[in-house]
Formats: sequence, structure tokens, C-alpha cells
Amino acid sequence: MTAFSNQSLMRNKYYSWIIKNLFSSWVNSLMTVVAIIFIYEVGTFFLNWAIFGADFRTNFRGELITDRTLCSKNISPGEFGACWAIIYARWDQFMYGFYPIEQVWRVNFVYVLLPLAIIGILFDKLPFRKYFIYFTFIYPFLAYFMLYGGPGLSVVGTNKWGGLLVTLFLGVTGIGLAFPLSIVLALGRRSKMPIVKSLCVVFIEFIRGVPLITLLFTANVMLPLFLPDGVNPDNLLRALVAVTLFQSAYMAEAIRGGLQAIPRGQIEAAQSLGLNYWQTTRKIILPQALKIAIPPIVNTCIGLFKDTSLVLIIGLFDLLGIGRAALADMTWTKLYYEVYVFISLVFFIFCFGMSRYSLYLEKKLKTDNS
Amino acid sequence: MTKIKSLFISLLLILGVSTAIAGSHGSTHDLVKERGKLMCGSNTGLAGFGAPNDAGVWEGIDVDVCRAVAAAVFGDASKVEYVPTTSKVRFTVLQSGEIDMLSRNTTWTLSRDVDLGLEFVGVNYYDGQGFMVSKDLGVSSAMELDGASVCIQVGTTTEMNLADFFKANGMSYESVPVETNSEADAAYTAGRCDVYTTDASGLYASRAGYPDPSAHVVLPEIVSKEPLGPAVRHGDSEWADIVRWSLNAMIIGEELGITSGNVDEMKSSNNPEVLRLLGVDAGYGAMLGLSDDWAYNILSQVGNYSESFEKHIGPNTPINIQRGLNALYKDGGILYAPPFR
Repeated sequence: MTAFSNQSLMRNKYYSWIIKNLFSSWVNSLMTVVAIIFIYEVGTFFLNWAIFGADFRTNFRGELITDRTLCSKNISPGEFGACWAIIYARWDQFMYGFYPIEQVWRVNFVYVLLPLAIIGILFDKLPFRKYFIYFTFIYPFLAYFMLYGGPGLSVVGTNKWGGLLVTLFLGVTGIGLAFPLSIVLALGRRSKMPIVKSLCVVFIEFIRGVPLITLLFTANVMLPLFLPDGVNPDNLLRALVAVTLFQSAYMAEAIRGGLQAIPRGQIEAAQSLGLNYWQTTRKIILPQALKIAIPPIVNTCIGLFKDTSLVLIIGLFDLLGIGRAALADMTWTKLYYEVYVFISLVFFIFCFGMSRYSLYLEKKLKTDNS
Repeated sequence: MTKIKSLFISLLLILGVSTAIAGSHGSTHDLVKERGKLMCGSNTGLAGFGAPNDAGVWEGIDVDVCRAVAAAVFGDASKVEYVPTTSKVRFTVLQSGEIDMLSRNTTWTLSRDVDLGLEFVGVNYYDGQGFMVSKDLGVSSAMELDGASVCIQVGTTTEMNLADFFKANGMSYESVPVETNSEADAAYTAGRCDVYTTDASGLYASRAGYPDPSAHVVLPEIVSKEPLGPAVRHGDSEWADIVRWSLNAMIIGEELGITSGNVDEMKSSNNPEVLRLLGVDAGYGAMLGLSDDWAYNILSQVGNYSESFEKHIGPNTPINIQRGLNALYKDGGILYAPPFR
């Protein structure tokens, strides 16, 4: 074949794909045209707003923006672009909350090591995976020591934590703690022992029957009333307990779905080989069940990660709370779009990452027996 | 079973380990001194009253009351730990002892004072609920608002006042409930409601931030009394006295013309009340269990009431609130502190 005919073949291929998928009838053609116009209009508007017409650190006169009155859009009526200076000015708060600025390296240290701690669990083909897994188990203690402080490091109370730190802390720790708990609950719910079973059922159904906000309020408001005066568990920890319990109930149901999808024959086969309950569960049931349950588990994780922003109502400053506090400051007030777009972007990065990972895992674990 | 049991035990342990036992039966004053810092309930962010600035430092006239108390107790206005509270959790947080005082634009009402077990120790801002509408609506009085949709912050006295006002005038409204003040503001700006109601101070603060402030009017009707002030727990009068007189010291400071700038010169004043206030004539600090220079510390580190007002919400700030009711009694307002003797 000549290069020319090859090219025209390619062109024909695209051409026919376009005809077939976008312009197969006049209704479809119309919708395609409308959709293209819509995407173009919205896309160009957004890009102009967010990038081309936007102020980053300086306005159109080249001055450094230190408060909202210096934003181009507040100087000249013709300008409408975003004013990202608020994000620059509040960057430290968005990332670390009110963490003392000279100690921020500790948070950065924990942030940098987080991928190293997770990577061992995520990818099984990793070289030296064993050591990464060891690190995964050390990491929580290391992170806690670095963040909170202890011998050799000054103590930074959790009330100084905020922004992405709180969001990640609640999200990662909540998911991490809820995972083992949820396996126990899911197995317990399928147990033949009546007390264990009913305990698990009551726990799961109770937690799933109330909204997360209720749990947060209970943990935040009710708990201290039951405890003696002056005994106040840490605010962030209370939220963490609520978040963990909430997540474990939902994850347990996802895992139960996986458990129920395992054919009875698998268990019987394992038993006939002489495996006891724990061996059967650990070697036969759970690996298959968890695989099946990956999509719903990731679903609940994504849900939880976003739900962490509810802690705002009990006065914790997560990423969203920091954003709102920034808007309440007279220096920056009214830059709603900038703040909320930025926060959405951060949440999107994490949630999209989780979602892509689950797709990857599903593809990898697909063994075509289901 | 044992698994579940150990699960609950470990959960309890988690709670227990992180528990800071601060000693349960001491007075708040002792507790605060022992802890070395004041736990002060603040807003999660209200411009001019209490909000963190770019450097993460809390600022506002409510925050200044916390700082005044810290200056009185420790001689250092910066020894405050701010606990951001939403309108729903603020009272429980105070009752449970998590904070030592609440200074968070909270209206002093009978039921809160009596039924909720709080003690309001004074008023640091006299406010009243007002209505703001867009000029395009063509409304000049709140009496013309029948059938309007109103953005309202849930769980506040504002919500009840609104219902009372409309009921008393035989009008109806459609409420658009929101969680925080900034959300109410955003909803109003986005046109989700015709009327934005909150304390007049809040309305002015919001309006100042609009691209075109003159397109919005604050209606003349003020439908409620909203004395905003700091509160402490019931039953610890010594502590209540300290907070009350810390606030009073700021007001008396203005009355006597003592500012953070001239406080040192005023120490050699001829006015006996100035000398008593600044601790030159000893004895008054000891009555409160404080050092004699407690009020001096407040005035030198935080400033008097007028300084705090002008710095955070006065006419030279974007919030631009006139003193009005909050001027001293001798300047036409109702701000009045009992004599210092």
C-alpha cells in the first residue's frame, strides 16, 4: 500500500466513525452541533475566566494583589477573570491550617511520605514491595509523631491542624481504620453465632440508618456531656471516630456483597480439604470477595473523602472550612468562585485518582471466571 | 465475640488515651491558669467580629474580648486558643467545658441566660435585625415584604425574630434556609432569595463587599434587640467577674480617654479613677484574683473599646459601621460600664 492510500484509508476510517456516531440522522446531527456549540461556549468562557483573563499574583497593572480591591475585576468593570491571589495568600492555610509556619516542614514530610506508604498496598508488582509494606505499617505512627509532636518535637495540638491536612487525615485514617473493622463486621454479619451476628447487624444498620452529620454531632456534642467536666477527647479525634464508624458500616455492606457472591462450592471445597474457618476465610473467601467488592468499596471511599467536609459544622476547619474562613475575611470576601473552584479541583484530583485506581485494579484482577 | 469486645474496648481506649484530664472540680480561673492559655469559643469566620487573617491570626471585636481576658489573666493577650464554633454547637461546647468563654456574636436572651445554663457577662455590641433587599425590588419598608423569599441562617434568634415579625404583621414569607452567614450572603447574591436578613452589622458587612454596594438597601426597620456579648458557664461567678470586668475595662478605658498609645503617660494622671483602673492605686486586681496591672495589660495590649471598634468594624474599615447605639452613653449611645471603684 502506498503512503497516500494508507492516509486516505485512515481518513475514511475517521470519516465513517464520525458519520456513524455523530451524524447518523438529522436528530443526531442537530444534537451534535448543539453539543459542540455548548462545549465551545462553556469551555472558552471557563478558560477565559480561569486562565487567560485571570489574575494570578498581580493584576493587569502589574501590582501584587494583597486584597480583593486590587483584583482586576474590582478595578476595571471590563475585567471578569478570576482572582487567584486569594489562593496564593491563603495557600499555607489551605494546605496546613493554622499549623505553626516554622513547623510546616513536618507536615510536608508526612505529605511526601504518604505516597510511599500507600504504594506498597496499591501495586503488587513493585520491586522491594515487602519493605514498602513494612513502611506502610510504620507510617501511621511516624506520621502521628511528626504531626502531633512528642520527644524532640514541639507538640502541635490538633486544633492547629486544618485545610488539606484535616481532609487527608480524616479521609486516609478513616478509610484505613474502617477497612479492617468493616471486614470484621461483614464476617460477623455472616456468622452463625447469634450474638456476634446480631451485634454486627445492629451496629451496621444503626450506623447506616443515620446521616453522617448526626454521628458527627453525637460525637462532638453529646459525648462531652456524658463525660465528667474537663474531660474532653480531642475534637479531631471525635470526628475521626464518627467518620470511621460510618465508613466501616458502609464498607462492611460492600464487602458482604462480595462475600455473598462467592459460590457455596468454594467453601465446601475448602472445608473438604480440611481447612478450618479462619484458613478458609483468609485464603479462599476473602481474596475473592474483596476482589468482587472493589468497585463498591472505592465508591464508599470516594463518598467518605468528600463527606469529610461535613466536619465544618462542628467547627473543624477542613479544606472547605478554611475556604469559608478566607471568604469571611474582609480582605478577600466575595471571591466565592475562586475559592470553591479551587476546592473542587483539589477534591477532584483525589477522587478521580481513586476512581482510576479502582478501574486499573478491576482490569488487573479480572480472571474471567466470573 | 471476643473480637467485637476487643473492638469496643480498643475504641474506648482510643477515646481514653487522647483524653486530656484537666482536673474536674477546680474553678475556671484556676483551670485557665494551670493550662497556661485561654480557650475561647469564636466564630468560624465573621468579618470584623472574628475571622483568621492571611497569617492565620484571629481578628475582630469579639476576638478582642478573648484577648482582653487573656491579657488580664496572663498579662499576655496572645495566650488564647481559639475554638471555632458554629451557631449550633456553640452552647454545648461551652457547657461541656471545652471552652472557658464564648465570644461569638451571641445574642443575650432570657432563655439562653437562664435555661441553657449560660451567664452573659455584658454586651460588646448592640445590634438589631434588619433586612436588605436589592434596589430593583422597589421596596422601601419591611412592611412591603409580604410573600418574599428570605435567606435565613438556621438555629439563630434571627430565625425566630423573622417569624415573629411576619406573623405580627399578618404577612407570609418563604424561607430559604442556609447554614452560615457567608452562605446566606452567597444565596442572596445569587438571587436565590429576595431578602437577606441578619443583624444589621452583618448586612452592612456583606453589602460592603458587593461590587456595587449602592444597588442594595438596608430597610429602615430594625425588628429586634440583639445585644451581642460574651458568655461563660453558669455557676462560676469569680470567672464571670473576670470576663465581665475585662470587657468593662475596655469600655471604661474609652470613657477615661486611655488608649494603647497613651496608657503609660496616663499612669501619672491626676484622675483617681484612672489610677485605680491602671493599678497605680493597688487593691482592685486582688479582688478579682488578678494582678494589679490587669487592666493596664488590657489597655496596652488590646486597647480600649473605641480602638477595637475602629480597627475592625468602624467607618474606616470596609465594613463601615457607625458607632450608633454602640457609642458611649455620653456620646449618644447606650454603651455604659459600671464605675470602677
